[in-house]
Amino acid sequence: MATLDQPQISRSRGRFAGQWVDGFVMLIRIVAIVIITWGLVQFIVQSASGTGGLTGPAFRDLLVAGLAQGAMYGLLALGYSMVYGVLGFINFAHGEVFMAGTVISFFISNALFNAGWWEEAFLLSLLIVLLSSMIISTLTAVIIERVAYRPLRNAPRLIPLITSIGVSFFLQNAFFGLFGPAVKSYPRPPEWLTSRRTILGFEIEGTKLLVIVIAIVASIGLYLFITRTKTGKAMRAVAEDKEIAALMGINVDRTIVTTFAVGGAMAGVAGLSWAILFRGVSFITGFIPGIKAFTAAVVGGIGNLAGAMGGGVFLGLAESVAPLVILEPLGVTGVSQLKDAVAFAVLVLVLIFRPTGLFGERLSARDRV
Amino acid sequence: MSVDWSRARFYGINGGITLAFICAIGMVEAFDSRSVINPGLTLGIVALVWVPPLLAYLATRRKALEGFEAEPAGAQDLGAGALVGVITGLILVVFVWGVDALLEAGVAIRDVFPRLSPAMIEIVTFGRGLGAGLTILFVGCVGLATAGAALHLLSRPVRRGIEFGLLYVLAFSLLEPVVTDILEDNADALYARTGGLKPSAAAVIFLLTGAITAWTTHRNAPSIRTRYGRMDLDVQRRVTIAGVLISLALFGILPRFLGGIMNELLANIGLFVLMALGLNVVIGLAGILDLGYVAFFAVGAYGTAVLTSPGSPAFSPELSWWVALPIVIILATLAGLVVGTPVIRMRGDYLAIVTLGFGEIVRILFLSDWLSSSFGGSQGIRQIPGIEWFTGEIKGVDPERIFYMVAIFVLVAVYVSWRLQYSRIGRSWMAMREDETVAEAMGINTVTAKLLAFIIGAILASWGGAIFAAKVGSVFPNSFELLVSIIVLVVVIVGGMGNIPGVILGAALLIGVLGGPTQPGLLQEFQEYKLLIYGALLVVVMLVRPEGLLPSTYRSRELHHEEMDQDAWLKAGVGAGIDEEEPAL
Repeated sequence: MATLDQPQISRSRGRFAGQWVDGFVMLIRIVAIVIITWGLVQFIVQSASGTGGLTGPAFRDLLVAGLAQGAMYGLLALGYSMVYGVLGFINFAHGEVFMAGTVISFFISNALFNAGWWEEAFLLSLLIVLLSSMIISTLTAVIIERVAYRPLRNAPRLIPLITSIGVSFFLQNAFFGLFGPAVKSYPRPPEWLTSRRTILGFEIEGTKLLVIVIAIVASIGLYLFITRTKTGKAMRAVAEDKEIAALMGINVDRTIVTTFAVGGAMAGVAGLSWAILFRGVSFITGFIPGIKAFTAAVVGGIGNLAGAMGGGVFLGLAESVAPLVILEPLGVTGVSQLKDAVAFAVLVLVLIFRPTGLFGERLSARDRV
Repeated sequence: MSVDWSRARFYGINGGITLAFICAIGMVEAFDSRSVINPGLTLGIVALVWVPPLLAYLATRRKALEGFEAEPAGAQDLGAGALVGVITGLILVVFVWGVDALLEAGVAIRDVFPRLSPAMIEIVTFGRGLGAGLTILFVGCVGLATAGAALHLLSRPVRRGIEFGLLYVLAFSLLEPVVTDILEDNADALYARTGGLKPSAAAVIFLLTGAITAWTTHRNAPSIRTRYGRMDLDVQRRVTIAGVLISLALFGILPRFLGGIMNELLANIGLFVLMALGLNVVIGLAGILDLGYVAFFAVGAYGTAVLTSPGSPAFSPELSWWVALPIVIILATLAGLVVGTPVIRMRGDYLAIVTLGFGEIVRILFLSDWLSSSFGGSQGIRQIPGIEWFTGEIKGVDPERIFYMVAIFVLVAVYVSWRLQYSRIGRSWMAMREDETVAEAMGINTVTAKLLAFIIGAILASWGGAIFAAKVGSVFPNSFELLVSIIVLVVVIVGGMGNIPGVILGAALLIGVLGGPTQPGLLQEFQEYKLLIYGALLVVVMLVRPEGLLPSTYRSRELHHEEMDQDAWLKAGVGAGIDEEEPAL
């Protein structure tokens, strides 16, 4: 995707308060760097002296777990990134799109389990569950767009964001009402999948490997769709400039719906990944992963699809590694509870250090200014 | 063509799905225990009956296009309304019949939808068996929908009379606990012993309030707001002072007559008014969407807890509440600075999510084992003493005095935000909300202005937190979930962003009727569904009336300016979705 150089607009700033704020932000930057470096140094010292830190295999396990989870965040982040690229607002309800897919697909997986297919033809049943999850998430995303976002197409930026918060709460509680509060547990995958196997010197659990493979396949598929098909081209054009795309004969409304649908389908894939990794789903499943996936999209640079995947992996790794590698050596206790806090801290830090994300933003002409 | 049949069909299908949804989430069954009119109407049925007439009314509403004369409503509209009713009714009947058949056949649909129960079917068929019950249901849907469409045929006074009469009946029914507290034994004239209005009382209320509304509408009396606006400035001032004094006196006396539960409710409403006033400064005036607002509430509550409670784990100076308050305010200011400074230059939507992140970080830290030696982790901090007052200690067990305490702080907050609104800084906030670049070009220091908004919001929330800690007597991290921020946001938006009376009205309506995140409202039955309703309300208000119930004059002028632009754009015929654009209210 070609990008134009971003015009550098230097904005006039309050002379004194502005400097003061800059100083404070600089202070935060320095403190963050000092803490991270100090934690890393402590970690290396402790590992080397054998008084703490991690053993090699434990570290590798952490990496793999982070990678698998990061792949899932990446798939979800694609939806945020695409919608932001096209409409310029955060679709807060995207986490609920993902939740809808996994919760409803649970019932299908359960039916397959009861019919005995789950054990006999696991891959086929997995495919069925994947398809159902994708279809349901896609439908949810499209309906949300139609009902809640289309009438607000030209509203100020914060209004669709507030609406999407409402949609998110509504969907969560609608699922709570319809399907009850209980956590539903997907049937256990067969033994041959969950067993550990060695690939490239990495000992990796089959389920995590499967999740990573699914994410790679899905993102290659998405890449081909965006770059090779006419619809994909239309999506890129609309993301660049809606009015001009309309002048070129592109049906903007349909393209926006397609964007939501594709984002929803990716959320459906992420839903299956969640089911494989964690098995338990309920009406609140979508909330925290949703916010983290948004973080991933920002980390990668919003609007940048390759960046979204990269940001997801970065966030997944940071979340699983940072508590043990940076916080634990600093003497923080109970670090596993701080996982979510680490993800939010990554968001804050990325926005302080590099607001355009690690891989650069791709925004529409209107949003860039 | 005057009647849009496809639109009627569309609304009918939506109505049917809505009804089936309300049944499937178990609302009907949960609400059935509460009587609205006794005998005859339970809240469970009320949860259903509003749908067909409303949708029929909307489906047959004329679009008021500028420059065109709207066609008068006619008999065709009744047909369209009836069509809405037929479709709605058919979907509901098929749904109920299907559920019943599946339950009879022993299909385990309750494994998927646990709320689909025989009891629900019993209620919607009025306990008369499937055949008769479903017939009543269908006929009822068609009748109600036709009635809804028929509202267009009536003259405006009659229509408003009917609408308001129904609203008042519902309001009297909901306010049953309040009215019984005030009237005590005399309330028997209105309410049945087992709860709910007596049918005769309902009829009297309907006729009386309906007639009054119809009469005032007929006389075309200008609304209080317009009349107020037309007054001379010094008269206006006198009227304002009189109004404020009267409502103060009313609120000063009212709690004396109310029971403990109602006073508790009033105190909760007050707490939310306090927080909503703070958020109103941040979002309503300065236009900054802060989703981590609960963090400041938490700082206030935890600050008070640590400073006053003897049970605080690490550091417990056991100060008095009044000594702790200034320290808490300083803490909140610092928190506002720490959260505000790094986010101040971010785009508005990034800022929203980052503040949300800060809010969650605060909660996770209070909850974590790491800081549990200072803040007690999930155990929280207990034994927080009450607020010392001349006549003794004010604690949560005495909701009446807690209410007075909250009321004092609300008054201060109202005064502060009212004075700020029209001050230099208030005007620069409003300028900034409209266009940051232009505001900057006009010489407004947006960084200071934004930080000030953050800090004032933080201080008001920390008052709420301080009173909350003293009221409840203990603080736990789980009282400070994101939910609180969202509910305060809904209160501000539904009430009317940037308008103090609007915010107070929003808190009274939403917290009073539906309840706060953990506190019950007037309708305890709503407990499970209140978040659903909050979410739906947020969406509906944003789509239909983004300026809120009581809009601020400035804000609605701005929004309508945008609508005029949009109308011009739509008339040019660009883009689809034109049919969905309703004229502005």
